[in-house]
Amino acid sequence: MSSLNTEPNLPNPDAAYEALVEAHRGISETESAALNARLVLILSNHIGDLSVLKSAISLAKKAG
Amino acid sequence: MAERKSVYQFGYRRSADQDSKSPVRRPVVIVGAGPVGLTAAIDLAQRGIASVVLDDADRIGEGSRAICFSKRSLEIMDRLGLGERLVEKGVTWKVGKVFLGEHQVYAFDLLPEAGHKMPAFINLQQYYLEGYLVERAAELPLIDLRWRNRVTAVERHNGFARLTVETPEGEYRLDADWCLACDGARSKVRDCLGLKFEGHTFEERFLIADVKMSAEYPTERWFWFDPPFHSGQSALLHRQPDNVWRIDLQLGPDADPEEEKQPSRVLPRLKRMLGDRKFELEWVSVYRFNCARLKKFVHGRVVFAGDSAHQVSPFGARGANSGIQDAENLVWKLALVLKGEAQECLIESYELERGQAADENIGHSTRSTDFIAPRTKHERVLRNAVLQLAPHTPFARRMVNSGRLSVASEYDTPLSTKDLEAFGGSAKLGLPIPDAPIEDRDGKQCFLLQTLSDDFELLYVKDGARPNVPEGLRLTVIGEDFIDRDGVFASRFDATPGSAFLLRPDHHLCARMRRYDGNRVREALARAKGISK
Repeated sequence: MSSLNTEPNLPNPDAAYEALVEAHRGISETESAALNARLVLILSNHIGDLSVLKSAISLAKKAG
Repeated sequence: MAERKSVYQFGYRRSADQDSKSPVRRPVVIVGAGPVGLTAAIDLAQRGIASVVLDDADRIGEGSRAICFSKRSLEIMDRLGLGERLVEKGVTWKVGKVFLGEHQVYAFDLLPEAGHKMPAFINLQQYYLEGYLVERAAELPLIDLRWRNRVTAVERHNGFARLTVETPEGEYRLDADWCLACDGARSKVRDCLGLKFEGHTFEERFLIADVKMSAEYPTERWFWFDPPFHSGQSALLHRQPDNVWRIDLQLGPDADPEEEKQPSRVLPRLKRMLGDRKFELEWVSVYRFNCARLKKFVHGRVVFAGDSAHQVSPFGARGANSGIQDAENLVWKLALVLKGEAQECLIESYELERGQAADENIGHSTRSTDFIAPRTKHERVLRNAVLQLAPHTPFARRMVNSGRLSVASEYDTPLSTKDLEAFGGSAKLGLPIPDAPIEDRDGKQCFLLQTLSDDFELLYVKDGARPNVPEGLRLTVIGEDFIDRDGVFASRFDATPGSAFLLRPDHHLCARMRRYDGNRVREALARAKGISK
């Protein structure tokens, strides 16, 4: 079991951010929310670790 | 439609207990002649324990209640002499399909494995099960079944419970060493003791319609999210015997239950689903449900089992099936206590084991309900995201939750003796043992489970002479008493010559060892009876 990595982990973070932004360009708010939901599910499964997911959820809640 | 027509009718008969000046004392009084109460009474009788069963009605009514009976329930019923009759009358199924709109997103097969006597599931109207149970109970002189006996008060005393019972000929009192409250979701016994459920009620309303029609749909469980005929909601279609189909339609939280029951509302909804087919309505009801339980199931000499102890949503078939397992779990322990072969503290393990099962059932049922009926806009967005991903990805198909169907609970229990050696196979400590096809002494093909006794039993894999097992333990030697011709037993139990498997009276595995060891078996047996060193 690993813990949530909050250190820089993407070789090119700006490009990753850009990819996320581009994904939401030109779609409605409803479509954006649905897209985010699908993304969260896909990435959760990719992480494959409930404790990491729960740490991520609690960090996301705390930061907002 | 609201009046239940009776399917079976029984008569009230005066009991001699009603003429007694002081309350007659009975070892076991069971309140409620539903599936749970009757399972308990029959199992007790098979173990030589007499019981009185009180029921406020005098008939079994039609209507939509439980329809899906799981393999585990059928195995229990088989031990009580009803398994084959239920399977013969019931509709056997194992495939479920889930649709999003018009498209299938997911399918499951509940029992891909051969070599089990009982199927994964049958569908059968609850009134048939109850009718068969009443007939079976009538064959057993130890069961005293009293119709139109309504319990109106329960007093707890030291070592017994005193019931006040109302009949068409007035009131009488009855004392019970043990009172089993199997009187359902609206339990009178629970009210009398002032006990409350802990949990929550879901706001969502659902329409149940049992519809009689000849239709070409396959014998599968079909579940739709957002079907074209019932936009934005969910729907379920499932076959029962006699050309009756269970239809379950989600109505939303604001639906008016009285209005929605009217044929003028129901028929158009069903026509949108069923098209031009001719159908008759057998039953309609609109319901909401709880996922809740009593904190404790054992209150002195009053013990709660089934819906009186815990309630779940119908998705997952975890209501009647868990109640039947409650009854079985309780009865062998109660029989040992009443015979003086175990101490009263053994009943605490009922609380522990079936409490675990109730939590598991409530957990599954709550998650299914949250998936089927999202409570907020954002929950719905997330749920729909799963459904949208399901056709494209295996992980999302696994997340689609239209009800996780009842399987036996694995007990984490002090009655089990921990493994000292590693075992593979599908047999697990704390679970009921898997069935296996075997050959008996006469070369006849049969199944392992049907050969088992109602008592503690040791399965020993032949390796030389028969071991001398402790007194009161039934020994079955594989390789002598039956032959594991196809090796299925060996593979499901990871059994090697000399290994031994100790079964509880409810056929849960409670100890196993690679080499038979008399002391370990003796200790494991004592532990399983709740006798601590």
